Amino acid sequence: MNIGGTAKTSSYGRSCFFVRAYYALVLEVAGLNIQNYIVGVFVLKQQLESIQKKALEKLETITDIRELEDFRVAYLGKKGELTGILKGMGALSPEERPLIGQLANEVRNALEEGISTTRGRLLRAAREEKIRQETLDVTMPGRAKKLGRKHPITIVLDEIKDIFLGMGYEIAEGPEVELDYFNFEALNMPKNHPARDTQDTFYITEDVLLRTHTSPVQARYMKDHKPPIRIICPGRVYRSDAVDATHSPIFHQVEGLVVDKGVTMGDLIGTLQVFAKGVFGEDTRIRLRPHHFNFTEPSAEVDVSCWGCGGTGCRICKGEGWIEILGAGMVHPNVLREGGIDPDVYSGFAFGLGIDRIAMGKFGIDDMRLLFENDIRFLRQF
Amino acid sequence: MKAPLNWLKDFVDINVGIKEYVNAMTMSGSKVEGVEDLGEGIEKVVVGRILEMEAHPNADRLKVCKVDVGSEVLQIVTGAPNVKTGDLIPLALVGAKLPGGQIKASKLRGVESYGMMCSIEEMNLSRDYLPDAPEDGVYVFSEELKPGTDIKEALHLDQVVEFEITSNRPDCLSVYGLARETAVTLGVPLKKPDIRVKEEAGGNASDHVTIEIENPELCPRYSARIVTDVKIEPSPYWMQHRLAAAGMRPINNIVDITNYVMLELGQPMHAFDFSCLTDSKIVVRTAREGEILKTLDGQERKLDTSMLVIADSQRPVGIAGVMGGENSEVTDQTRMLLLESANFNGASIRVTSKKLGIRSEASGRFEKGLDPENTIKALDRCAELIELLGAGKVVRGIVDCNMTRKRQDTIKLDPDRINALLGTDIPAEKMIEIFRALEFEVDPNTMMMKIPSFRSDIESVADLSEEVARFYDYNNIKPSLLSGKESMRGRKSYKQRMEDVIRNTMCACGMNEAFTFSFTSPGVFDKINLPADHPLRKAVVISNPLGEDYSIMRTTTLPDMLRVLSINYSRKIETARLFELSSVYHPVDGEELPEEKSVLTLGMYGVGCDFFELKGVVEELMTAMGITSYEFKPEREEPSFHPGRTASLMVIKSDGTQLKAGILGEIHPEVAEKTECPERTYAALFEVAVLIDASSHSRKFKALPRFPAVPRDIAVVVRDEVYVADLMKAIVKAGGEILEDVSLFDVYKGSQVPEGMKSTAFALSFRSADRTLKDEEVNTAMEKILKSLEYQFDARLR
Repeated sequence: MNIGGTAKTSSYGRSCFFVRAYYALVLEVAGLNIQNYIVGVFVLKQQLESIQKKALEKLETITDIRELEDFRVAYLGKKGELTGILKGMGALSPEERPLIGQLANEVRNALEEGISTTRGRLLRAAREEKIRQETLDVTMPGRAKKLGRKHPITIVLDEIKDIFLGMGYEIAEGPEVELDYFNFEALNMPKNHPARDTQDTFYITEDVLLRTHTSPVQARYMKDHKPPIRIICPGRVYRSDAVDATHSPIFHQVEGLVVDKGVTMGDLIGTLQVFAKGVFGEDTRIRLRPHHFNFTEPSAEVDVSCWGCGGTGCRICKGEGWIEILGAGMVHPNVLREGGIDPDVYSGFAFGLGIDRIAMGKFGIDDMRLLFENDIRFLRQF
Repeated sequence: MKAPLNWLKDFVDINVGIKEYVNAMTMSGSKVEGVEDLGEGIEKVVVGRILEMEAHPNADRLKVCKVDVGSEVLQIVTGAPNVKTGDLIPLALVGAKLPGGQIKASKLRGVESYGMMCSIEEMNLSRDYLPDAPEDGVYVFSEELKPGTDIKEALHLDQVVEFEITSNRPDCLSVYGLARETAVTLGVPLKKPDIRVKEEAGGNASDHVTIEIENPELCPRYSARIVTDVKIEPSPYWMQHRLAAAGMRPINNIVDITNYVMLELGQPMHAFDFSCLTDSKIVVRTAREGEILKTLDGQERKLDTSMLVIADSQRPVGIAGVMGGENSEVTDQTRMLLLESANFNGASIRVTSKKLGIRSEASGRFEKGLDPENTIKALDRCAELIELLGAGKVVRGIVDCNMTRKRQDTIKLDPDRINALLGTDIPAEKMIEIFRALEFEVDPNTMMMKIPSFRSDIESVADLSEEVARFYDYNNIKPSLLSGKESMRGRKSYKQRMEDVIRNTMCACGMNEAFTFSFTSPGVFDKINLPADHPLRKAVVISNPLGEDYSIMRTTTLPDMLRVLSINYSRKIETARLFELSSVYHPVDGEELPEEKSVLTLGMYGVGCDFFELKGVVEELMTAMGITSYEFKPEREEPSFHPGRTASLMVIKSDGTQLKAGILGEIHPEVAEKTECPERTYAALFEVAVLIDASSHSRKFKALPRFPAVPRDIAVVVRDEVYVADLMKAIVKAGGEILEDVSLFDVYKGSQVPEGMKSTAFALSFRSADRTLKDEEVNTAMEKILKSLEYQFDARLR
């Protein structure tokens, strides 16, 4: 044992109580013959300091956590070197005990601190090693969760709904297989009216058809509701057009209807401006051209400044700078009357727009057929 | 409506550039679809007369000509086979520009040539415009022209403006009507035509012909003139070229004149060979049962009693307003004419032309309702042109059978109401100015206005507002936002919010939204194995479909989903997961309209797709929609689905009754094969209304557990046909309220388990909200559970 050897080399003592203290210590710790260890407190102190120095040096060399644990046991464990000294304190006189006790505690604290520091050092090193080993190639692809996507028409429709919900509109719905009455007659287009020719119609019977626009929802809504009315009516509509890159016999529209006292054409224009900026961006301008619809008067076709060039003219707008997106106007007095609303008291505006074309424009889709083909590679682009 | 610019200029001065003109017209309501410049790319091409023609010394096929171009005589080498001395031809001078390039002086086989004789192809002119052009060779003028005349002048190569005319403005289906709009738009005067007829033939028209109208409601007015000494020949170049530019084929002088007048004044005309009219009589009547008429296009037309015809005393000679009959057609032998200028009921013409499948320039105008006041002016213009062209002698007078009913022809101008509707502040004077320019007669004291006869579209203050607004410019109206109106709450209905929940949940579950057509082919029912008497085969049928494939409204979305999956599969797409929220249409007995039901359709194939993947998506949807009471039942009766791999989704109502919300499962292998889908294809169909009825938006907070859970596992061996769902139900029931959760974690069949049996293992979690459970409590519960399983299912603990 180290401690024994060290004691042997000490050859003198300061006072007898140190001797006795040491005697007791050695008895306890090492079980050696006390006759051979007659040394003074001074020697004990020196020995403690020596233990500390040696131990701290040893700590420096420790490189793994198991070794550190062995070290701790060897010094501070139940049978450890320092513990032995502390246990033997009982043999000291009451005067000697605090002195050596304090010193021993200082050594113990120094060792504990050293162990703790070393443990920190080792843990850090181990963590760094672990980190080094588990470094990933972060440029490898992620494990995609593959969310599904909404159809581009739904995306555009959702945007449009948000804009109008924010302006106090409700969303009304109506049937796609519709009565001729609501699709045409209630909208000021009696049977055999030439305006019907602009809407190539699929008929089921003479009086039942596939609605050619979402406007019949206006007519239905007015029958059931009193002004003030603010609605949009999104939905699927049908026209007898053969399928090609720019035509589809089935497409989607949003209709808007406002009826109240004192509604003006200025209100229509302001509303359409909010809509156009909301869908196409803040810099968008609109332009109204006079047109004719049987169910509105005055009527307008509405262009937005081209989303491709902003109005200077490009391939998308065929050099015009404008793209036609919707039809609008002040609700025709006959239509109000048919809906049970007095046109001398109330006025209103209505508008209708094609969602499919807007979606195509917004996303740069060049073939309408893609919208209904549902190729996954198409759908996942939006 | 195509209007040649120079024709418009007969009636109005257009003193702005074409671009500005076109824009101004569009913004005042006459939308310009496009401008065609017939002489585009042609410069320095003139009329040349071939004075001499000699053989080329070094080439058999070439000729050397001396050509007079007015200012000089040029030597031209040509290879054209069709020219001869004396011909007038288009000659591109040195430096001329043609669509194909520039002309230079050149040597052809050693002989100098100072220009090029042109074919219509070289000038990029269409055969429609110059039908007399030779198929091969240089164009030769058939009319006398001065050498040196610019080709654009000689051939009247004009700029042609194409207008889109809306159905309310048949008056603008005429050059004159468009000139009127032009005049108001540009703020310049309209030059009204001064029509003069000499009437040089002897006698009176009424001596020659009698006219009877049997159906005045279908023909309010029939006016006619008689022309004698008719000489049929081609009409002059200027007329032919104007007709061609406007899109009509020149035929002969008489037909061309009637077409010219129609294009100019908007009144369709017809010329009958007078000698063909039996008893010199015109009767306007409906056709008799079984009458047949061969029309000008050579087709036999079967007439019915709803159709209005022009007849003589015996037989129909024309279908009123639609097309003339071959039996009274103007031919080279025609010497005497009856010129018809009539007014017909628009709706009647429209029905007839639709029934017969004839859309003519005339019917397209009549069906929109024409101005009955226009018949006389058109007849006079026709007569004037006949005299001008020397095509015949006009007999004095017009036979005019006028049974027009008087209609509203005055309206009050109320500037305040107009401004109130528009949201403007336009002065009354400005409005009066606009209406006067539009040929309304305005009395500024009473503000009463007389509506011109050609504006039958004007009925109300709204119509007047549009007239004011379109010349004020819509875009000068100040935008506003319903200021001062009651504010309203915008919101989605519960149903609409739930539809959003469905879409969002589907996307979160990796399903991509599809949109498919709502009409389909009746053949799809066979593809999905529906028996012949299956109720879904009863569909709404479209009477005029685009084709068999699009001829019925769908009663199920399954074939469309399968088609989409199959398209993706055929394109070698490994995995497809799709959903669609759309409608099906079920006819209802005794109802005019079908029932439209909203359906949620799911479809998937590929990596990770199996029955339980699909079911997992459905379970997520149930959670998201707040549907708590539901169960899946094995479904063996759906003909499109695999009978062993299909379930019905039952929602359980508060009274305990179950309602089928839909089905989910693997597509029947036979159906997968027929629809060209992969063998393992999964689909689900749900009725959205049933889901929404069972759904709930409200959620209640449940306190988080404060005491530990006690986990236990149990594995039992049962017969194969015992359903896991039934075992779980029994466990839940027997476990009592301390059983917090039960989940299946293993199903095993194999060597450890007897044949026909399976081992099912469940993870159970026990917990109490108010105390830490004691082992004994849990043990008791576990014993009860095991007993219950043993008793109900003959289960054995494993």
